Amino acid sequence: MSQVNRLDGGQIDRAASFKFKFDGKDFFGHPGDTLASALLANGVRLMGRSFKYHRPRGPLTAGSEEPNALVTLRDGARAEPNTRATTAELFHGLTARSQNCWPSVKFDMMAVNDAASDFLAAGFYYKTFMWPAPFWEKVYEPIIRRAAGLGALSMKEDPDEYDKGFRHCDLLIIGAGPSGLMAALSAGRAGKEVILADEDFALGGRLLSERLEIGGASALDWTAQTVAELSSMPNVRLMPRTTIIGAFDHGIYGAVERVSDHLAVPAKGKPRQILWRIYADKTLLCAGATERPIAFENNDRPGIMLASAMRSYVNRWAATPAHRVAIFTSCDDGHRTAADLHAKGVKIAAVIDTRAQAPQSFDYEVLAGAEVSNTKGRLGLTFVEVKLADGSSRTVECSALGMSGGWNPNVHLTCHQRGRPAWDSVLSAFVPGGSLPQGMSVAGAAMGDFTTHGALLSGAKGAADALGIKTADVPMAEDAPPKQAAFWFVEGAKRAWLDQQNDVTVKDVVLAHQEGFRSVEHLKRYTTLGMATDQGKTSNMGGLAIMAELAGKAIPEVGTTIFRPPYTPVAIGALAGRMRGMEFHPTRLTPSHVWAKERGAVFVEVGNWLRAQWFPIAGETHWRQSVDREVAQTRASVGVCDCTTLGKIDVQGADAAHFLNKLYCNPFAKLAVGKVRYGLMLREDGIAMDDGTAARLAEDHFVVTTTTAKAGPVYQHMEFVRQCLMPDADVQLISTTEAWAQYAVAGPNSRALLQKIVDPEFDISNEAFEFMACANITVCGGLRARLFRISFSGEMAFEIAVPSRYGDALMRRLMAAGEEFDVVPYGTEALGVMRIEKGHAAGNELNGTTTANNLGMGRMVSKKKDSIGTVLSERAGLNEEDALKLVGVKPLNRAEKITAGGHLMAAASPVDAAHDQGYVTSAAYSPEVGSMIGLAFIKSGDARMGEKMRLVSPLTKSEVEVEVTSAHFVDPEGGRQRA
Amino acid sequence: MHDLIAITALGGLEPRVDTVAGTILSENPGLALASVHARMGHEDACRAHLADLLDGQVPEVGRTVLRDPEAAFWTGPDQWMVGAPFDTHEDLAAELKARFGDTASVSEQTDAWACFDLRGPGMAAVIELLCPINIRQMQTGDAQRTSIHHLGCFVLRRDPSDWVRILGPRASATSLHHAVLSAMRSAL
Amino acid sequence: MIINHPLLGPRDSSEFVYMGDASLIERPDPEAETAASDFVEYAYLRDNPASWLRELWFHEGGDRSWLVVTRNTVTHEISQVEMARDVARSKGRSK
Repeated sequence: MSQVNRLDGGQIDRAASFKFKFDGKDFFGHPGDTLASALLANGVRLMGRSFKYHRPRGPLTAGSEEPNALVTLRDGARAEPNTRATTAELFHGLTARSQNCWPSVKFDMMAVNDAASDFLAAGFYYKTFMWPAPFWEKVYEPIIRRAAGLGALSMKEDPDEYDKGFRHCDLLIIGAGPSGLMAALSAGRAGKEVILADEDFALGGRLLSERLEIGGASALDWTAQTVAELSSMPNVRLMPRTTIIGAFDHGIYGAVERVSDHLAVPAKGKPRQILWRIYADKTLLCAGATERPIAFENNDRPGIMLASAMRSYVNRWAATPAHRVAIFTSCDDGHRTAADLHAKGVKIAAVIDTRAQAPQSFDYEVLAGAEVSNTKGRLGLTFVEVKLADGSSRTVECSALGMSGGWNPNVHLTCHQRGRPAWDSVLSAFVPGGSLPQGMSVAGAAMGDFTTHGALLSGAKGAADALGIKTADVPMAEDAPPKQAAFWFVEGAKRAWLDQQNDVTVKDVVLAHQEGFRSVEHLKRYTTLGMATDQGKTSNMGGLAIMAELAGKAIPEVGTTIFRPPYTPVAIGALAGRMRGMEFHPTRLTPSHVWAKERGAVFVEVGNWLRAQWFPIAGETHWRQSVDREVAQTRASVGVCDCTTLGKIDVQGADAAHFLNKLYCNPFAKLAVGKVRYGLMLREDGIAMDDGTAARLAEDHFVVTTTTAKAGPVYQHMEFVRQCLMPDADVQLISTTEAWAQYAVAGPNSRALLQKIVDPEFDISNEAFEFMACANITVCGGLRARLFRISFSGEMAFEIAVPSRYGDALMRRLMAAGEEFDVVPYGTEALGVMRIEKGHAAGNELNGTTTANNLGMGRMVSKKKDSIGTVLSERAGLNEEDALKLVGVKPLNRAEKITAGGHLMAAASPVDAAHDQGYVTSAAYSPEVGSMIGLAFIKSGDARMGEKMRLVSPLTKSEVEVEVTSAHFVDPEGGRQRA
Repeated sequence: MHDLIAITALGGLEPRVDTVAGTILSENPGLALASVHARMGHEDACRAHLADLLDGQVPEVGRTVLRDPEAAFWTGPDQWMVGAPFDTHEDLAAELKARFGDTASVSEQTDAWACFDLRGPGMAAVIELLCPINIRQMQTGDAQRTSIHHLGCFVLRRDPSDWVRILGPRASATSLHHAVLSAMRSAL
Repeated sequence: MIINHPLLGPRDSSEFVYMGDASLIERPDPEAETAASDFVEYAYLRDNPASWLRELWFHEGGDRSWLVVTRNTVTHEISQVEMARDVARSKGRSK
């Protein structure tokens, strides 16, 4: 199909052609086109169906304020619904589909909704589907969701990459029209760091759409020269295709740069979009203005659009929506459109001006004091009916109609910090008012300066005022004072669309008013006016005006709603950036990771860490086989586990012991150098926060461990105590978690194994290095290391630490040296089994609700000193007779399962919350016991040894008979670990 | 001399080098690090020792002293990170402890960090995709702690100024390397 | 938000961890007769004003300083930023 509506001129590259597809049909356009301009050039006005009534629709605008021409762009996984055809840059091979229609945009079955429109008015959902209640979810909503709505998601994973970035500037200029360009020129020449962002792919704003002169030359030439000068300045950064989506606190702006949306597929390694966070010392909003439509009967037919949009299509893109066009205007600006179209050879059927004193033309007919009363044309405009000044009617044949109801400044970003726009009675429009976001000022049409010269001047002045620089010289330009009188809707119109995206008509607003929705916020929610993705950029004012008239008030008395971020819709992918899938958070690898991978370890995420969960060997088909073997072999001989992930914090200083005394509920002051002690940390409310060990390497030097998960919060807490509670204590803290590779070497042969590694001058016999000893040593012929004799498994055990870079080598060495002992590497599962067998508390028990008393460590809380949490841990409510106590449970029938999370009931009591006796926190199969075992908190548990109870899980309808035991299933006397 | 073989933060025997459009990212395992934190009441003495070590200079807030073999940057109030070549200063922490005595707490930090050097004409554009540092205003000798993809990192601007050194948590070296390399491919 | 760190200058709030009311610096005397109720108040009771509030922020992604930030909870305006250690000392805290 040829480009029947393509005119001469325009800012498109006719030397090249792009082939594209719309609704399965092939078309051609040119570089520089948008999808909308290319479709119009090809004579396509109908681009989609409306949200609720499935009315045929074409573009209303030529920009991002577009409510109608929403298409699904691209296909497959890259299909993106609800894309504005008016901003989608054309590329070779583009495919697009119209939305919300079936079987086709021209014949849409759901258009029956339009005939039923009487039933679908404002509040229709609330009134119609109230009864019976279950029907809403099961019947009504699915039907409505299918019938109403816009495009659908592809349901496939987004194949593109997105970046996030950060930029700083002295002056952020939002919008590259005349005021923005002039401001950038002023600030750039003064040497300031400037960012000039514009959502369009070409810089120039309205200048690209007008036939204007600046400084005696064409505005296009001035624009090109200015952009060239700005490009040459290293301190000015031009960001076309970049939408400032929000103004946030303290001069921070969000911006979406569409890096690759004008390409079929992003280049390899390149992001589709970048979400920038811009830190701007000062900001000048030069966002321009949006033309106002007029509400009249059937004003939504394809071909009816804003007059300024027509001017853009004709001047910039050389694409006319039709060859016979009428203009409906309430101000002089409509005449400018008529003149421009006429100059391009488009036939002007008539200019219908609401004013009796309309300017006349020699080139076309002007109907003064007239109004459009209705339109015709099922899939596109064919006629408009005009009510003339004398009351008579006349039919004007035309295939497109431009509407011009004056202009509204684009105040949106001024509202993002709750600034409320102010009413300007001269312009009959809201202008920026109230408190603007920090550092923001406004220039050009966004401030109500509607002339080109005014825009240039206020841009230069805005930059000068913001930055304290000299105002630049401003070239001469068109300076006709804007004449725009308020004209919002044609009297008597009913099915006259205000909000075309959400299908809200004048009638809906009238109905809402009748039903008592008088506040503008209520009106908005009841009718959904302005609540579509365009945030009512072309519709809010019309709705307000009608409400004001119905209420007999002036518009400013009715008030206005304000706008919120984002200015235009943002792809979720851009907000996610690279934080997707495995990159959602950073991964932490242990020093033995490479080795463990070679061994075929199965890994588990623990916090951000990847830890070996178990190490399967040939012939093992179930994880339990691996874990049972690892436990058995460790307890029989020796096992090695990477425990680098435990937090390690270096605590030094003359007051280090005093500091730990404050931090832990148990005493540390008298801990001897060369010894380790278990420590329990409480929160100030007396609840256990974390546990670990503190090793005293010197009088003034401790190494403290934390649980893997709490390393960050505990460090933060320690800094709080140090800086805020003990500001004069001589204590210095630093994390050394990742500096040291640390391995647990556990089992009866652990010493024998380590003796092969530890340099001979260090005696690690039981006499010289007893349980809970620690020392700085060397291994493998002189490598500095730390050795701790601590045990989580209950076996004779050590933890050995070397600088992380040698961790891989040390693990390999331990495995080689341990061959004679049948050494086994064990993972977190075996670690968990052994600690449950030993009755050691871990995260499941330190779960944010338990006290030292619950954990059976009540006597550890020292009364002789003050520590965090001591005072509140003594509260009566935490020390009741029947307080929960940590105990063990095992099934009476060895084959039965203990499930963590199950609750315990007395042998013969009802199963309900009132009779709850406690719950199981951890469970595992114990090779040592020969059945599953669990750790549990049970009321007065320590006094109930041997009691038979029922472990119930009403959720899974399971019930197991269990016996209460000591939590120490293995070696309760602790002989093994002291051996 | 011990016989254990070190691996780099990225898990290799040799440091990794990546080049994108003339900008080079290289893993640098050759750095020994130790933190020096003045003891309460010994701040002046600690600074004097530091000045003695660094040709009379002490890094002020947000700054480094770049020199050989020892260099240092500010990490917090009365707190610095001292660096030196690993090959000659593997025992840096012990050496510093001997020098500073009771005027400072010294802690070995060599393997707490993975070190990457990012160098070339595209350095600033890459940094802009990684962290909120104002790289266009950052001067040679500036040191900032910042967050790169949720990783707390130090970024030091070196001489010449097309070069930054990034110190990030060693266990996350793979994630950090992936982030920087992705940013290089994206920006350059 | 941007927090003007007393040492490091303006820093993005994303580098910080928030902990709320700075009254947490004023930990009661555990030896006092009223210690039990003092600590209940300290641990549980906070004002939640829709106006100025002195808050604790931890510069986790920076120099690890705790700061006391005086911030308007309605407008997010920040009027003062102090090192928490200095504030603690001014409240008579020592070792």
